[in-house]
Amino acid sequence: MDNNKIEQYGDELYEAFVARRAVPPLLSREPEITIEDAYRIQQRFVARRLEAGETVVGKKIGATSKPVQDFLGVYQPDFGILTSGMVYQEGDTIDLGELIQPKAEAELAFVLKHDLKGPGITAMDVIRATDYVLPCFEIVDSRITDWQIKIQDTVADNASCGVYVLGKTKGDPRKLDLSLAGMVLEKNGELFSTGVGAAVQGSPANAVAWLANTLGELGIPFKAGEVILSGSQSALVPVVDGDELVCTVGGLGSCRVKFSGRSAA
Amino acid sequence: MSSNLTLSREDIVRLGERVEGAQTRAYAIPKLTDEYPDMTIADGYAVQSELRRRFIAKGHKLVGWKAGLTSKAKMQQMGVSVPSIGFLTDRMARPENSAISTSDLVHPRVECEVAFVMKKTLQGPGCTAADVLAATDYVLPAVEIIDSRFSGFKFDLASVIADNGSSARFVGGGRARYVEDLDLRTLGVVMEKNGEIVTMGASAAVLGHPAEAIAMLVNILAELGENLPAGSFVMSGGITEAIPVKPGDSIVARFQELGSVSMRFIE
Repeated sequence: MDNNKIEQYGDELYEAFVARRAVPPLLSREPEITIEDAYRIQQRFVARRLEAGETVVGKKIGATSKPVQDFLGVYQPDFGILTSGMVYQEGDTIDLGELIQPKAEAELAFVLKHDLKGPGITAMDVIRATDYVLPCFEIVDSRITDWQIKIQDTVADNASCGVYVLGKTKGDPRKLDLSLAGMVLEKNGELFSTGVGAAVQGSPANAVAWLANTLGELGIPFKAGEVILSGSQSALVPVVDGDELVCTVGGLGSCRVKFSGRSAA
Repeated sequence: MSSNLTLSREDIVRLGERVEGAQTRAYAIPKLTDEYPDMTIADGYAVQSELRRRFIAKGHKLVGWKAGLTSKAKMQQMGVSVPSIGFLTDRMARPENSAISTSDLVHPRVECEVAFVMKKTLQGPGCTAADVLAATDYVLPAVEIIDSRFSGFKFDLASVIADNGSSARFVGGGRARYVEDLDLRTLGVVMEKNGEIVTMGASAAVLGHPAEAIAMLVNILAELGENLPAGSFVMSGGITEAIPVKPGDSIVARFQELGSVSMRFIE
């Protein structure tokens, strides 16, 4: 795909993000888009956010579970770039008015104390390079109408990043069974779903290793201090005004988030 | 019991004998409500008690109980608000890492559960999760092998209770732990079949907390005129969905903080 088109679609997604108005799937208009093209569109979309004053704060890993990969028809994860405008603190109420068609996912977040430069990174390197892990919620959102996404659409749309909130309990990955730590998700005080770390590539550390290797190949930096959202361990939760979610990671702690307002779609 | 007996003593004995035959010789029968459409939950437990009496009269030893239908999804599917229970005997126990024959089972499925071993006798009604935790000697991971004796695993609540909650075999193992050293609500569980993850979850999937299921079990036992004696082995209900197994399959259930339980299936 030529650079003009890459820029055109990256700009279109950025404008859809700013206007809170979804656009038709890119793949329905450009059936030949490759995943590589989609990452170039993503870079353009993110570059527009950075030009508008945001900074890069980390990465997210998506499509890490078998059901989502089956749905998207891919057999590897994808990634997106986390920027400063996506960050909420625990205790904040998330304003749904800033989003188009949000859904929440419960995850484990990693914060690095050393840079991770692939290729050749394994899960063992990830644990060595991790400062701490945290329970978190990612509120995914799609700039594509009705979430009618294929892998190229979601990659171009910055892996459907919306906003995220980190819990306050920091855990040492050497003291936690990342693969077997349970994930309990409650919505408005009732059990919504349960999961476990292994839902993410066998272990969230495997997903982070994949990310380090993929970023290494692409020459994208992966620095100490960055936040990594390692992939959903829960079902997608639709959220509306007044909803409250709590996720608890066994052996670690909880993250709580409230929502207000009305999303665009 | 929220429902009344409708079966005669004669019917109960006849159905107990029928279920015993299906369980012992491993064949599927039509669900009991095909013949007795008005069967109630109380009738189901009356048949289950008759089944238990028949096994014990043959020398089987009662070792404990199990809770079933403990997930919200399963309870909604069956239209009930409390779990069901079934009894466990020594003949159903299989050692960890053993080869389990399927030739004496109809259509076995496996589930991951947290099991409790009691140090004090519990008597309902009014038993709470806190009472259960105080009366627990230790917890351990378990795999229950369920096997409905009804064709196509199709049943209603009264029939499945009469069939002893589809109980067939169980394997306890892994690592015994004190309850005070664990958060029993958030234990993660992964089941692997032939090396591949087939189902996952966390222990809150069982009524929000596995001890809640044991408390409800004790209260149901009270309605049946029974208590839960010290020394009982009690399974709290499936955390994961039930996975079909056949000869040649190997199962490993991995539990956060509790180790793993493995077994394989043969002809």
